[in-house]
Amino acid sequence: MFDYCVDPQSLDGFYWWSCYLTTVKHISFYKSFLVVFALLGVTVPLILIFGFMGAVARQSKLYPIRLFGITYTSIVRGVPDIIFFLFVPIALDQGIEYFRHKIKCPDWTDPIRQGNDFVVCQLAKMPMGSTEQWIHETYGFFLAALAFSIVFGAFAANTINGAINAIPRAQIETGVAYGMSRKQIFMRIQFPQMWAYALPGLSNLWMILIKATPLLFLLGVQDIVYWARELGGTKTARFTYPHEDWRLGYFIVLLVFYLLLSWLSEIFFDKLTLRVTRGQATLSGINNKNSGNRSS
Amino acid sequence: MSCFQTLTDYGLRSIGLGVRGLPKADISLCDQIVLIGSGMIWNIYFAVIALFLGFFAATTIAFAKNSSVALFRIPSSIFIFLLRGSPLFIQFFIVYETFVLLPKVGIDLNLLITEITIETRWLTRAWLGALIVLFLNTTAYSAQIFYGAIQSIPIGDIEAAQSLGLTDKQINKRIILPTMLRLSWSSYTNEAIFLFHATALVFFSSFPAWQQKGDSLYYASYFADKTFNPFVPYPIIAIFFIIFTLIIIYIFNSIDKRLNKHI
Repeated sequence: MFDYCVDPQSLDGFYWWSCYLTTVKHISFYKSFLVVFALLGVTVPLILIFGFMGAVARQSKLYPIRLFGITYTSIVRGVPDIIFFLFVPIALDQGIEYFRHKIKCPDWTDPIRQGNDFVVCQLAKMPMGSTEQWIHETYGFFLAALAFSIVFGAFAANTINGAINAIPRAQIETGVAYGMSRKQIFMRIQFPQMWAYALPGLSNLWMILIKATPLLFLLGVQDIVYWARELGGTKTARFTYPHEDWRLGYFIVLLVFYLLLSWLSEIFFDKLTLRVTRGQATLSGINNKNSGNRSS
Repeated sequence: MSCFQTLTDYGLRSIGLGVRGLPKADISLCDQIVLIGSGMIWNIYFAVIALFLGFFAATTIAFAKNSSVALFRIPSSIFIFLLRGSPLFIQFFIVYETFVLLPKVGIDLNLLITEITIETRWLTRAWLGALIVLFLNTTAYSAQIFYGAIQSIPIGDIEAAQSLGLTDKQINKRIILPTMLRLSWSSYTNEAIFLFHATALVFFSSFPAWQQKGDSLYYASYFADKTFNPFVPYPIIAIFFIIFTLIIIYIFNSIDKRLNKHI
């Protein structure tokens, strides 16, 4: 990076560090912090959509839809999230390739599952074998984000469902008395108010989501954990910047990053709670504060 | 090979009993169910011991955080903040790296009758190292839950006890402790479930599985790799987890009934 970095062996102290911390790999490490925020940015809207749909499904008058909503939320909550993170991307990947195979190669006669192999025709590969590396990586990232959204969507569905039910019954009865339809009641009374009730649960979910982001590493995404392990590992004298096993140091940097993120989020949500519950005759905005729910 | 044969061969494989080699070809459904179930022994081991020890540690720390003495309050608040504010996954890495850096020594413990050697290398094994992380983690989360419950105990209860002439120690033991448990039990049930689910992370915690004695996820991902078919092993492990989650809920609800018997 700097001019004096040409011969790192001759450097020591501050100069050595300034060169070491600005190597190409370190820049990638710094950039990978953005991957965490990218994941949060992509998943949060999806989680809210999944959560909202799940909650609406659980409120539905049609039994099959209600059953679907209940099954979705209870299965996801009964199984460790990590199993979903492992299962969903590979299942989606194989599922998509299976359907593309059926559509694009109808005259293919060999079975897809040949013993221990999963074989589809070249055209059905997703993404195509010929595409560039970054497309493969982005595709993998989005499958991972989808897995996160499905899992956390179930938790959000539970929270939102509870929030819809928490709206005082009298208000809904008033709506009925005014001759509003079910849809109108939902859109004008329940929907605008449920956020105040859902906020404690959703902020809790956000804290859990933050702490689940390092699991991206397990899905093969080059995130901060990947780079921390990569950079921290012992570097022998063959390397330009030899050092011992510094993984502990790198992980402590990650620890500090997550502590900061949690702490800032807590401050933000405290402010937001004050704002959303303004003018509402309810204690629920401050209720859930100490419940301390979590996930891995 | 009959399924009964598989059960005797692999039923206790995860703790090192039975056939050594894992099935490599012609993996049957029975193989998968038995081995993944065998791995659940480890998940249950981690969950039960971490929760049991964590319960007492968490109660102590919750009282410490509630204490008016800064020497107790500040360290316990920092402990809770550190462990609740960071991902368990990172905690596993940090603790593992720390334990690896520790000098490899044996400490002789003289227990009157026998002498046992405690070796620091055990700390880098999953059965002890990962257990310590899970224990610390659940202690912090449970302590926060209990602390929240202590904070919401009606002040009138405590004033009533004081006016009856109970000492501070008696108030803690007879009023605050039982009320705290009663108020926090449903949140604590959630915590127990989450901790049980967190034991699945041990597989990825960089604590190595020794001689293929792994937890359930170790075997599930082994089968998913070998057969390249995720649609069998992952649903099996999911069903195992759901069954044990229901058992946890049942146990905790029975305790809850006991706690609330007089109400």
